[in-house]
Amino acid sequence: MTPTYYLLLSALLFSLGAVGVLVRRNAIVVFMCVELMLNAVNLTLVTFSRMHGELDGQVMGFFVMVVAAAEVVVGLTIIMSIFRTRRSASVDDSNLLKY
Amino acid sequence: MTEPVAASGLASLAWLLLALPAFGAAVLLLAGKRADRWGHLLGCATIIAAFGYGLALFFTTIGQSGEERTSELHLFDWIPVGALDVEFGLRLDPLSLTFVLLITGVGSLIHIYSVGYMAHEDGRRKFFAYLNLFVSAMLLLVLGNGFVTLYFGWEGVGLASYLLIGWYQYKPEAASAAKKAFLMNRVGDLGLAIAIFIMFNELGTTQYTDVFARVDELSSGSILAITLLLLLGACGKSGQFPLQAWLPDAMAGPTPVSALIHAATMVTAGVYLIARSNPIYNLSADGRLVVMIIGGVTLLIGCVIGCAYDDFKKVLAYSTVSQIGYMILAVGLGPVGYALGIMHLLTHGFFKAGLFLGAGSVMHGMNDEGNIRRMGGLAKYMPITFATWALGYLALIGIPPFSGFFSKDAIIAAAFGEPGWRGYVFGGVALLGAALTAFYMTRLLILVFLGKPRWKELRTSEDGREYHPHESPWSMRIPMIVLAVGSVGAGFFLENGHRLADWLEPSLGPLEETHGAIGHTTVAILSVALSVVGAAVAFLLFGRKPQPTERPLRVSFPVRAARADLYGNALNEALFARPGTWLTRALVFVDNKGVDGLVNGTAALLGGSSGRLRRLQTGFVRSYALSMLLGAICVLGALLMVRFS
Repeated sequence: MTPTYYLLLSALLFSLGAVGVLVRRNAIVVFMCVELMLNAVNLTLVTFSRMHGELDGQVMGFFVMVVAAAEVVVGLTIIMSIFRTRRSASVDDSNLLKY
Repeated sequence: MTEPVAASGLASLAWLLLALPAFGAAVLLLAGKRADRWGHLLGCATIIAAFGYGLALFFTTIGQSGEERTSELHLFDWIPVGALDVEFGLRLDPLSLTFVLLITGVGSLIHIYSVGYMAHEDGRRKFFAYLNLFVSAMLLLVLGNGFVTLYFGWEGVGLASYLLIGWYQYKPEAASAAKKAFLMNRVGDLGLAIAIFIMFNELGTTQYTDVFARVDELSSGSILAITLLLLLGACGKSGQFPLQAWLPDAMAGPTPVSALIHAATMVTAGVYLIARSNPIYNLSADGRLVVMIIGGVTLLIGCVIGCAYDDFKKVLAYSTVSQIGYMILAVGLGPVGYALGIMHLLTHGFFKAGLFLGAGSVMHGMNDEGNIRRMGGLAKYMPITFATWALGYLALIGIPPFSGFFSKDAIIAAAFGEPGWRGYVFGGVALLGAALTAFYMTRLLILVFLGKPRWKELRTSEDGREYHPHESPWSMRIPMIVLAVGSVGAGFFLENGHRLADWLEPSLGPLEETHGAIGHTTVAILSVALSVVGAAVAFLLFGRKPQPTERPLRVSFPVRAARADLYGNALNEALFARPGTWLTRALVFVDNKGVDGLVNGTAALLGGSSGRLRRLQTGFVRSYALSMLLGAICVLGALLMVRFS
């Protein structure tokens, strides 16, 4: 099993995530797509770590997971409070901060 | 020029001459309403005391020998700065003493006259304060021992003149006349100031003694510049062409002011300035030629316009302009004329002040009416005013043996003494002026005092009060009588045996004799004959048939031009006022569109472009995400291109 497939898979997952962030309106789904992109990056990091035989990539993967966990907490809280005040989870509805 | 000695004895108190009127002015202005009851008395007292002191000083000086007659009184160092050391001192010499007597003498008479004339005015105390201020400044002007001191007095009299012309400040024409006088004087003052700057720059001093002693060191260009700039100053103060237009307007002030400031004393300051600077003018024949031309032009302008006006005081004002033209012409003649100019100044001071006081007396008795077409036949109602006025009239038109004959004929004869064409031109102009003077003065005499009493038809003046012409109180009559005596006798007294010329010799140098193409006797006969012809023509035109009470509107071109001041105001307007306005407008335009445009344009550019750029902030999170993605792709693409190319 060559590491190339892992890289291809992670590229595929990242693209899926990116497209999902761009085209979906539901904040929860957008959020999950962001997670997808983060995990695709994690997979890349781990793969490269394996390929080069060094642990740097895996350590960085841990960092990403920690940051992602914190981000999930903050992000979900924001989504919850927006939903409570506006009764909507669409990202297009929260567009007040503009010119 | 005699070297001055230090003043001693009585002369060491000469500062009293300035201090007395200045003290009067200060007390009257600071004491306020408390001084209303006795203010006019204090005003008269200070000036009469100054006159008394001046007389004492004069007689002391006469008793001294020629060299001792010129003395200087050092008071204090005024401006000791670097190379400039201006001393505040007084120069007592025959010239300045002559002026002291004229100023305080005529000034005293006019102060006394004002007591009666201003009796019904509210601010009489303030009026006397201003008059005292004027006398003090005028004395400083003539007594100062340097050009800077002279300049101080020069500005002081300008201020007093401004305050007094604008005395009736609630009348718009008086307020604007005061402003006009002040502004036109500034033009002249600028010339005087620059002349002083040149003296300091070239010689490092501005004291008379030093400047006159070292005047040979100056280049001929500097001398010419100084003479012309001093002349500009004289033109401004003395109402000479092209700055003559303010003087007739200045008649908006009370009549005693017109008599004292705008006839007898202040307006002659220009003549004093040129006569005082005679060592400079002696060195520049070109400068003196310009002085003569200005004098000649002005004396004709004054006469011509004087023929057309219907306002009593304005005719006299233009007469003043033209008589000062004679004086300027005389001092322009150089050593042959300085003393003659001063003599005409003195006799003119008497008879013109008398004529103005007479005009004031007439207007006082005629509800302040100034239009001579509404007068007529007043001789019967105001016999003393008429008699004194007629004596002044005879003096002005130069009928022997009245004073104007001696002083004016001497000038005309000296003008004929100039070499070549100049003699004929300036002499001819002066003769023509004499004829015109006789014409307009006779017209004035006939319209005011003789003929039918036109005011009887009109019954009331324009403000609705009925005419009750009456003689003025004694406080006004006595000064008129004294001045009339002066108009009769002063000329013969001063001319007899060159009395004045000899007296003034230490200041002005010896009076040189002239031998022109036409002899003195011929000139005298000619000028008297021309005056009689002028008077006769006026009598034929105005004396034989009743005159209309309204000024005729269908008149020939010369009369129209003269009524419009020979377009002097229009000329000033076109040459100076309008280009000035254009210049300001152009500057305002450049400022608004250019300077402001640049600054405002930059701001507008930044504001506009940021207004367009902020449209990118749509508020849609997904479009931000797209731009981030595209940015990331660009960065990635760039990295890859660098890597694999």
